Amino acid sequence: MLLELKGISQSKNGTRILSDVDLSISRSAFFVLMGPTGCGKTTLLRVAGLLDKPCSGQVIYSGRPVPHRGKERLDARRRMVTVFQRPVLFRGSVNSNIEWGLRIRGIPEDEIGRKVSKVLEMVDLEGYGDHDSATLSGGELQRVALARALAIEPSVLILDEPTTSLDPNLRLTLLRRLKDLHSRTGITFLMATHDFTDALSLGTAGAVMRNGRIEQTGMIDEIFYSPSTPFMASFVGMKNVYPAEFKEDGAVVEDLLIRHTSNRKGHGFLAIPPESIVVSRETTITSERNHFTGTITSVERAGPVFSISVDCGNLIIVSSVTRSALSQLDLTEGREVYISFKASAVHVF
Amino acid sequence: MSQLLQAVRIALDMIISGDPVVFSIAFRTLMISISATALASFIFIPLACLIHFNRFRGKRLLLSIVQTFYSVPTVLVGMLVFLLISRAGPLGSLGMLFSPGAIVLGEVLLIAPIITGLTISALSGLGSDIPDTALSLGAGKLQMVLKVLSESRYMILTAILMGFGRAVSEIGVAIIVGGNISGHTRTLTTAIALGVGKGETAASIALGIILLALAMIVSVTVNLLQHSEK
Repeated sequence: MLLELKGISQSKNGTRILSDVDLSISRSAFFVLMGPTGCGKTTLLRVAGLLDKPCSGQVIYSGRPVPHRGKERLDARRRMVTVFQRPVLFRGSVNSNIEWGLRIRGIPEDEIGRKVSKVLEMVDLEGYGDHDSATLSGGELQRVALARALAIEPSVLILDEPTTSLDPNLRLTLLRRLKDLHSRTGITFLMATHDFTDALSLGTAGAVMRNGRIEQTGMIDEIFYSPSTPFMASFVGMKNVYPAEFKEDGAVVEDLLIRHTSNRKGHGFLAIPPESIVVSRETTITSERNHFTGTITSVERAGPVFSISVDCGNLIIVSSVTRSALSQLDLTEGREVYISFKASAVHVF
Repeated sequence: MSQLLQAVRIALDMIISGDPVVFSIAFRTLMISISATALASFIFIPLACLIHFNRFRGKRLLLSIVQTFYSVPTVLVGMLVFLLISRAGPLGSLGMLFSPGAIVLGEVLLIAPIITGLTISALSGLGSDIPDTALSLGAGKLQMVLKVLSESRYMILTAILMGFGRAVSEIGVAIIVGGNISGHTRTLTTAIALGVGKGETAASIALGIILLALAMIVSVTVNLLQHSEK
């Protein structure tokens, strides 16, 4: 592991922000720290980047605990760099901004020139070196901040919600650039985001935070396809999440028996992805093991598809259907329908 | 009215012809004020950094006190320095009373709150973004402080100029601890006060015009600096 956080707790003005956080980030990973706004991501990044000292717990860099002060801490801090949510540039030219981190490390002048050209090329800003930092656009500023961070050739690049203040086009460009930089440089990335689509497109591993705690950590696919709690399920966009009692023949949710493929027993939760639910006007013989009848209570547009809520007794099950299915089946509020889904589509946790 | 106009004409003649008495007073005043400003900057800008970059109990109270002393009456500071350096005072043995050094000491104390307070305001104005960026790029504490000072240089220069403006135009300290001794501790303000009393209107106006010009130079420079800050 390149960077480990052990039992990190942090308070500010008497308010607990982080509680006993453990994280392990392996070398060359693109680790994504997810969670809703205000859950403590930025605070955790500041501790990980050695900008703040935690109230308790330890940061371990490259197998060695980082002390709270002294040269060893400065040496470890100099192996990491943070690009903040709204990066600021120093007064002066783009070149002088990028050079600064190298100058304070006492890098020789000719090497500085070479490194600056290299990073400007990496962020597609060749020829911008002499531009005044105050005249740059938002996207250019972000790229200069990235180049300034890359120039010092860090082991860990920490990014705090880098796409938040960008328009959709710039956001996509930045995501592609980050992916490319990660594969080209082998630097370990630690990125905070509240947008799980960013996490899916970039991350190799990650963690989800909630109220200052780690809710789940693991490989990105694990997090998205095997959420461990109802919060996680709803965070990764799962719908139809219900508390259930797991018995021999299936899971009892309200008064419905839902068949699944898990061997879980006792109390827990299950989730049914809306896109796995088939809606029909007549009973059909299918391989699906779960069949229910219900009444449509609402039809709502959800981007390119429609979200249909079906009242199956005491349980509302949401399904998503295409526009053509909606008109062909004439799915309107109050209509009685049949829904079915496979046992293997039911996610149990 | 014609008498006043004539006095102004004579005063302008004195300035244009380079009257040695007027210019020696102006030069001495400048030397004393520049020395006091330099000394105060040298001591109180680092002190402002220490206050700004450290957390301690009573910091807010200290800042309020510093701001209160922005407009401390000059005669009060003069009196305090007089008590300190007069023969019976704790620094009496230095024999500083009625010397340019005494005026410098008094002016340093007079402008210390302005330079300290405005420097802290300049550093606070940058927020935490610049220090955080510097630290995250690998700066040690001193490198970070120097970077923050460099980023707020125009506002800090403004603080220094405001201090100089107050030093050059004060009279309380110069008259109490300087003694207004001709050719030794006479400054623009004390000379004007004496000149008006003695009826030397033209010379006083000439000195007043120089003082006003200095104040205008300071004011225009501060405006230019604040404009370039934006």
